[in-house]
Amino acid sequence: MNTREVLIMAASGLLLAGLACLPLADEGFWLTLGISLAGYVAMSTAWALFSGPTSYVSLATAAFFGTGAYVVVNLGETAPWPVVLVVAAVCGALLALLAGMATLRLTGVHFVIFTFGLAELIRQLVTWYQTNIGGAVGQYVFVDISSAQIYWQLLALCGLVFLAGWAINRSRLGLALRVIGDDETVAAHSGINTARVKLLLFCISGAFIAVVGAVLAPRWTYIEPSIAFNSMISFQVVIMALLGGSRRLWGPLVGVIPFTVLYELISGHFPNHTHLLLGTAFLLIVYFLPQGVAGRIEQLRLRRTHRETHAARSPATLGETAR
Amino acid sequence: MLFLILFTSLLLGGAYALMAMGLTLQYGVARIMNLSIGETLVGAAFAAFWLQTQAQVGPLWGLLVITPAAFVLNWLIYRHLLTPLVRRAKNRGMLEVDSILATFGLLFILQGVMLALFGGNYYSYSYFSEPVELFGHTFALNRIVAFAVAAAVALALYLGLNRTRTGTAVRAVSVDPVAAGLVAIDVARTSALAFAIGGALTACGGALLSMFLTFNASMGVVFTTKALIIVIMGGVGDPRGAVIAALLLALAETTVATLVDPGLTLAATYGLFVLILLFRPQGIMGRRTA
Repeated sequence: MNTREVLIMAASGLLLAGLACLPLADEGFWLTLGISLAGYVAMSTAWALFSGPTSYVSLATAAFFGTGAYVVVNLGETAPWPVVLVVAAVCGALLALLAGMATLRLTGVHFVIFTFGLAELIRQLVTWYQTNIGGAVGQYVFVDISSAQIYWQLLALCGLVFLAGWAINRSRLGLALRVIGDDETVAAHSGINTARVKLLLFCISGAFIAVVGAVLAPRWTYIEPSIAFNSMISFQVVIMALLGGSRRLWGPLVGVIPFTVLYELISGHFPNHTHLLLGTAFLLIVYFLPQGVAGRIEQLRLRRTHRETHAARSPATLGETAR
Repeated sequence: MLFLILFTSLLLGGAYALMAMGLTLQYGVARIMNLSIGETLVGAAFAAFWLQTQAQVGPLWGLLVITPAAFVLNWLIYRHLLTPLVRRAKNRGMLEVDSILATFGLLFILQGVMLALFGGNYYSYSYFSEPVELFGHTFALNRIVAFAVAAAVALALYLGLNRTRTGTAVRAVSVDPVAAGLVAIDVARTSALAFAIGGALTACGGALLSMFLTFNASMGVVFTTKALIIVIMGGVGDPRGAVIAALLLALAETTVATLVDPGLTLAATYGLFVLILLFRPQGIMGRRTA
C-alpha cells in the first residue's frame, strides 16, 4: 500500500463516518433518501464488480435481491440478525453458482437472456408455492430494526463492497478478470480458467446484492413476490452503473447519486412516466456516454495531459525545424 | 386429451413462430439483439384493437395496414438509431452489448408510450369467436384463422428467402457479413431490410395474437423472453429452427398449463431453455461455430 492509497482509505473512512451521522440530524426525508442511495450504491458497485470487467450484462439483480428479502421473511423472526445476513449472503452466492454454471461458459447474449428471466422465474415459482402449498401469497415481516440501523448497515456494506473491489483489483483474480474482459480467447490461452474466474466473481457479486435485499426487507413490513423480485431493480442497477461507468470501482457511485435523485423527483411528481425516463436515460447513455461519467472524466484527463506534453515539446520541435 | 393438447399448441405456436422468425432475422442477419421485440408485438396488438373498435376495420384487413407500418418503422429505427452503433462497434461482442442496451431504452420508451395511451388495463376484443367442432373437440374459430394466416406468412417468407435474389443476399449476410460484402452484396442495406422484415413479421404475429389473447401495455417482456428462448432453441439465423422451436415451446406451455398448473408455464419454458443451453447450445438447427 503506498501513501496515496493510505490517504484515500483514510479519506473514505472519514467520509463514511461523516455520512453515518446523518440519522442524528434528520429522521425523515433525508434519511429515506440516504437509505435508497446507500442501497443502490452497494448494489451497483457489486454489480459492476462482475459485469464491469467481463462485459457480461447481468439482469439477475432482482433475483438476488428477492432471495435476500425472502431469507428475512423465513428466518427474520427466529434467527439472530447477523445469522440472517450470513444466510442471505450464502443463498445469494448459491443462486449465482447455479445460474452461472448453466450460462457462464456460453457467450454473452445467452447470459443476458438467462438472467433476464431468472427473477421472473423465481417469482413465479414462489407465487405458485405460496398459493398452492404455503397458504397466502404475501407475508408480514416483523423485525425490530429502526431506519437508522438499516442505514448504518447499508453504509457498512458499501464500505465492504468497496474494500472487496479494491482487494480483487490488486489480486491475481483481478488481473485474470481484466484479461478476460479484454479478450477471452487470449485469457484462455494464457492458462486462465475463465469459467471459474467468472463464476467466482458472479458469486461474490450475488452475495452482496442478496445482503442488500435482506437489510432492506424490514422496510416494507409486508412482502410479496412481486415486490421482492421486481425486475425494475435489475434495470435501475444496470443503468446507474453504466451512467457512472462500470470499469472503475468508484464509477457506479457517480451514477447512482444523480439518477436516484432524479428518479425520486420524477416518480414523486409524474408517477406514470418513470418508464419513459428510464428508456430515455438508457438511450442517452448508450449514445453519448458509452464509457459512463467515469470513463468520460478519464478521457478528458488523458487529453489534457496529452496536450500538456505536446505544449512542452513544441518549442523543442520548433528549434529543430529552425536548425 | 393428447389430441387437444397437440392441436391447441399447434394453433398457439403459429403466432409464436412469426415473432421468433422476426427476431431470428433481426439477430441473425442484422446482428441486433432486439429486446424491444415484445413491445413491437404488443404495439401491433393495440393497433389491431384500435382498428377493430374505433375504425371498424377487422384485424385481418388491419394486417394490411399494420405490417407495412411496422416495416417502415423498423427500417427507420435501424437506419437512424442502430446504424451508428453498428459503425461504432469494433467487434460483434461490442455491438451485442450496445444493441442490448439501446433496445432496452427502446423497450422502456415504447412501454411508457403505450402506458400513457392505454393505461395498465387488460384489453381484448371479440372477432370470429364462434366455436368450431373439430374431431370431437371445440376450438375457437379465431385461433384457427390466426394459425392459417401465420402459416401462409411463414410459407411466403420461406419462399422469399430461398427463391429470390434478395432472399439469397439476406441468407449470405447471415452466414458471413464480410464475405457477403466481397461478393457485392450491400450489407448495410440488406441488414436494414432484414431488420425491417423482422419487425413486420413480429407485428403480424402480434395482430394475430390479439384476436384471441388478452393483453396489456406491460406484457411485452413476457413475449420477448419467449421469442429469445425460441430463437436460441432453434438456432440463431435459421427460420426453420425458429418454427420448430416455437411449436416445441407452445407444446411445453400447453402441456404444463393443462396437466400441471397454468402458473408454471414460464417455469416450463425456462426448464426447456436450460436443457437446450446445457446439451445443444448452438440450437436445434444451428451449426457449431469455432
